[in-house]
Amino acid sequence: MPQQTMLPSKLQLWKIAKRVAQKLAAIAALVLLGGLLSATLVRMAPGFDADERQLDPGLNEESQRALRQSRAGEHNILSFYASYLRGAVHGDLGTSHALGQPVQSLLRERWPVTLRVAGIGLLLAWILASMLAITACLWRLPAFEIFGTTISGAFLCIPAAVLALLSVVLNAPGYLAIALIVFPKVYRYSRNLFAKAYAMPHITAARARGLSETRILARHVLPVAGPQMIALAGITVSIALGAAIPVEALCGLPGIGQLTWQAALSRDLPLLVNLTVMVTLVTLLANSGADVMVYMLARGES
Amino acid sequence: MNQVRKLACVVVLVVCAMSAAANWLAPAGYAKQFREAPDAPPSRQHLLGTDEVGRDRFARVLYGTRISLLLAPAAALVSTALAALVGGLAGYLGGFWLRLARGFTDLFLSLPWLFLLITVRALLPLNVSPLTSVLITFLILGLLGWAASARVLSTSADALRNSDFILQARASGLHGPRLFLIHVLPNLKPVLYAQFWISIPVFILSEANLGILGLGVAEPLPSWGSLLRELEGLISFREEPWRLVPLLLLIVVMTSFQLLLSNEEVTA
Repeated sequence: MPQQTMLPSKLQLWKIAKRVAQKLAAIAALVLLGGLLSATLVRMAPGFDADERQLDPGLNEESQRALRQSRAGEHNILSFYASYLRGAVHGDLGTSHALGQPVQSLLRERWPVTLRVAGIGLLLAWILASMLAITACLWRLPAFEIFGTTISGAFLCIPAAVLALLSVVLNAPGYLAIALIVFPKVYRYSRNLFAKAYAMPHITAARARGLSETRILARHVLPVAGPQMIALAGITVSIALGAAIPVEALCGLPGIGQLTWQAALSRDLPLLVNLTVMVTLVTLLANSGADVMVYMLARGES
Repeated sequence: MNQVRKLACVVVLVVCAMSAAANWLAPAGYAKQFREAPDAPPSRQHLLGTDEVGRDRFARVLYGTRISLLLAPAAALVSTALAALVGGLAGYLGGFWLRLARGFTDLFLSLPWLFLLITVRALLPLNVSPLTSVLITFLILGLLGWAASARVLSTSADALRNSDFILQARASGLHGPRLFLIHVLPNLKPVLYAQFWISIPVFILSEANLGILGLGVAEPLPSWGSLLRELEGLISFREEPWRLVPLLLLIVVMTSFQLLLSNEEVTA
């Protein structure tokens, strides 16, 4: 008997491990492809070969040659990418042309700022949106419904950069702007999910049998809406990272968003490739993590 | 069409008509500088005042609206056509092509939209003529914005591939591009329309974001992005509320598009 009960759990674990391995392989392939695509685009960009420092009359012939040689390795995109990957394996991500600092140290300095700003923003957006969505479904008051739809609709219509500018004018923190950018997307989706879950016949039966609203929410609504909410959580990480660019650039926050902005304006090849790889990796990890969690939940239920 | 959608339609039409009539409503034009009146408050001569270099703000709002409302649908047309080509064909062909197209769209969608836009825009020359900057901005939006639509279209085309009427058409000897053009593509029309309408507000907002970050339409040509950039110098809403007019207009137009959209999405 004990062997019979052990067997399914081992099988389940193996299946979950297999799914995680498949996801990781897909992530690795997509990240490598994303980096190559980014490097190719930068290489093909007009004016790639130009370097402002070559116009400096103070540099002698030898310095000019050294400058040209320092960028010679970037001309062949495949050899550049191969040497980048070799360096990355050993922890060397290259040096930023525009900022003159190792990319690794730049990323180490900037990531905590973005993680904090985007993390708090995401948390605020989720709390606000979930509370509003649940309350709208529980109370079912038309006024509340109109309020939620209007507020979320208004924020959907405002560009992320405008919200960042308004947060500067109003002296509001940057994470609030990120929260307001993410909020409408979470609210609209979760509102629909909760409304569908609350409309199910077994919820009506549970209400008729006198179950408390808290119990209905915890035991009957959240398990139905939960998997899709988790999937949405993965997607909102990507939305928050995208929102971090205008928010950090306009609010003067020294994070990854601002670094992306600076790298884009100065056509900093090593930095842009690294940032593309990093951002792709984070968003794919978030989405795949959510996917694996949904899979685990589904397996647990079955 | 319900009352709210009718109202939204009227609002969009009025805004379009006003921007189309910009030459008559604001004959001074968007670039003329009234050097004796920079940063002027609203007056009979300048309904929304002037900007910091003395250009009539009302004229700039009208011309900017015209550019955004004309080119966002053009970009949406490009992205929808690309989506139909990539997603529709991949779904129709199925198998390896479908997996390849989905892998490619996954790669595009794995990057945040604004990150992708900013990176690609910055790779192209920034010191270009205003007209070229308009074309570059909206062409980028059109060329990069196809991935999400292609994913939806590939799923729809994949479902169509195994439908009875397609199998019957195949059995009758219809194959290749002819089958795709005559039977598959017309049946994707509702999805294509929906994706086209969904793309327009997305592209308007994206252009506004690029404009505020200085990567959009170049001066002196106005667009919603460059008009909203003026908010950077705003000290308080109470002192100069008229500077918020472009933002309010954008919100009104975007809300109208959202209200118009809901039915299109349901139809799709």
